[in-house]
Amino acid sequence: MSEQAPILSVRNVSKHFGGVQALNRVSLDVLPGEVVALAGDNGAGKSTVIKAISGVFGYEEGDILLDGKRVAFSTPEEARDNGIETIYQDLALADNLSIGANIFLGREPMTKLFGFLPILDRKKMAEAARETMHRLDFHVDRLDAPVAAFSGGQRQAVAIGRAMYWNARLVIMDEPTAALGVPEQRKVMSLIQSLKAAGKGVIFISHNLRDIFEVADRIVVFRRGENAGERIPTETTGDEIVRLMVGK
Amino acid sequence: MATATTLAGTGVPLTRWRRILLVIAEQRAWIFLAVLVLFFEIWSQIAYGATFLFNTYNLRAISVAAAAPLILALGQTFVIISAGIDLSLGFVMGFASVIAAHTANWAAQQLGLPPLAAMLVGVSAGVGMAAIPGLVNGWLIAFLKVPPFIGTLGMYGVARGAAYLIAGGMTIAISNRWYSSVGNDRVLGLPVLVILAVICCLVLHYILSQTRFGQHTYALGASKAAASRAGINVKRLTIKIYVLSAVMAGIAGVLYTGRFSAGAPQAGEPLLLLSIAAVVIGGASLFGGSGTIWGTVAGALVIAVIDYGLVFVNVEPFWQFIAVGLVIIISVLVDQAQRRFIGGRQVE
Repeated sequence: MSEQAPILSVRNVSKHFGGVQALNRVSLDVLPGEVVALAGDNGAGKSTVIKAISGVFGYEEGDILLDGKRVAFSTPEEARDNGIETIYQDLALADNLSIGANIFLGREPMTKLFGFLPILDRKKMAEAARETMHRLDFHVDRLDAPVAAFSGGQRQAVAIGRAMYWNARLVIMDEPTAALGVPEQRKVMSLIQSLKAAGKGVIFISHNLRDIFEVADRIVVFRRGENAGERIPTETTGDEIVRLMVGK
Repeated sequence: MATATTLAGTGVPLTRWRRILLVIAEQRAWIFLAVLVLFFEIWSQIAYGATFLFNTYNLRAISVAAAAPLILALGQTFVIISAGIDLSLGFVMGFASVIAAHTANWAAQQLGLPPLAAMLVGVSAGVGMAAIPGLVNGWLIAFLKVPPFIGTLGMYGVARGAAYLIAGGMTIAISNRWYSSVGNDRVLGLPVLVILAVICCLVLHYILSQTRFGQHTYALGASKAAASRAGINVKRLTIKIYVLSAVMAGIAGVLYTGRFSAGAPQAGEPLLLLSIAAVVIGGASLFGGSGTIWGTVAGALVIAVIDYGLVFVNVEPFWQFIAVGLVIIISVLVDQAQRRFIGGRQVE
């Protein structure tokens, strides 16, 4: 990786929940076009750190730097407005709406009918859907179909497409392949490659070592709320990662 | 990737036959309506040698009968799409009817306003006051997390009691020629009531299908989490939906006062369940997320045609209940079958 400035830099961040130290001085960098896999056992602090980044809750010590500037978002909307899009397992799609309507949900484009009556710009939404799905190399034959009709991988593509359309610079994905069959998992891996190719930073949480080794540029391992190590996939093995995760 | 068109990514080929079935399922309310009209036409021709459909009197009677339940059902459509239900509509209608009558009388007698102005004051008061129970419904549901069924059932009781108290347990007669003519006169052969109902349909169709508010209502019905993560203010949206529904009930109420020249607390009592039936027959799902204004229009017409048609062909009126009940059940069965092979167009 060349000497680029990181999009996101987490420096020595700590977080308590009551008496429980959820994060203890953890650090993490994401460069443009880089896929960082977060590995760790349950309770290692993976979800806590992404929630601190995406504004679900605050953090007490340390700094989170976005493009070198310290940020502490108080809501997920604020994080999203600053280019950080988080895609959770349940995807948060409105199943009865089309791809375009989901991409634009909450910020629908309007146009004028007969020059005065404001109406939803469905043409623009459909075009954006077509264009975005094309960029993800995803073929959809019916843009007017509700997304309920799509498979798990296709729905993931819609969620990623939404992040892409709104020019997210950092996409955080929480277990994107957990609920999918094997062919669909492959598809999501290639979606992550598309995000990388588009120069986005990606943080990717997974339990699946095979997925991690396939797509990650760097693996950051957490254990009990602390950094347990950082490896490049080509220079390590699954066994070593597991050892870091369990601490032996 | 197959080049043939498939059922929205499911890999199931969208054959011509399936495509036809899909259109039938989506348009079932209008198909029901056509079948019913045909049925009564044939019956009427055979039994009496008279036409059912091409009779201006019949058409007028059916459309006037459909107007009030339809206006209630329009607001109910929004509520049901958002995965809620509004049980208070019937008595909010009665509440508005009574307030409109009272205020119109008061404006004429105490303020000495001319009939037109007195009517306008009465109508504004009725519709405006109807927004209050809607506001309370929305607040209970959005902020206090009361289930819509319970919250609006409570409001059903409150609005009912308030309407009877204001009316002193009676109906309030009005003598206002302007107001009465809104309820009974015709313009170019069309009853004013029906013209107003059509305007309501056009406006609400526009709101539901072409505005952000409508789009967000669909999203809320499909997934509250999706709506709120997309940055939609779900609480404010919920309140707006219940206020809209109550205002529509208010409009139905003030029109009732015009039609019968009296405000009556029980004006909407029989119409509440009809409004829900019209929405369901029109293709909305009580689980939320689907439904259209045009579907609801067809649903309300189906009910009105059954009611009037059975009387016209001289069948005992009690068959109406059975017929409407069967249509509701068939409609829900078609809805479930359609869900099983989903892939319809985006609802709008």
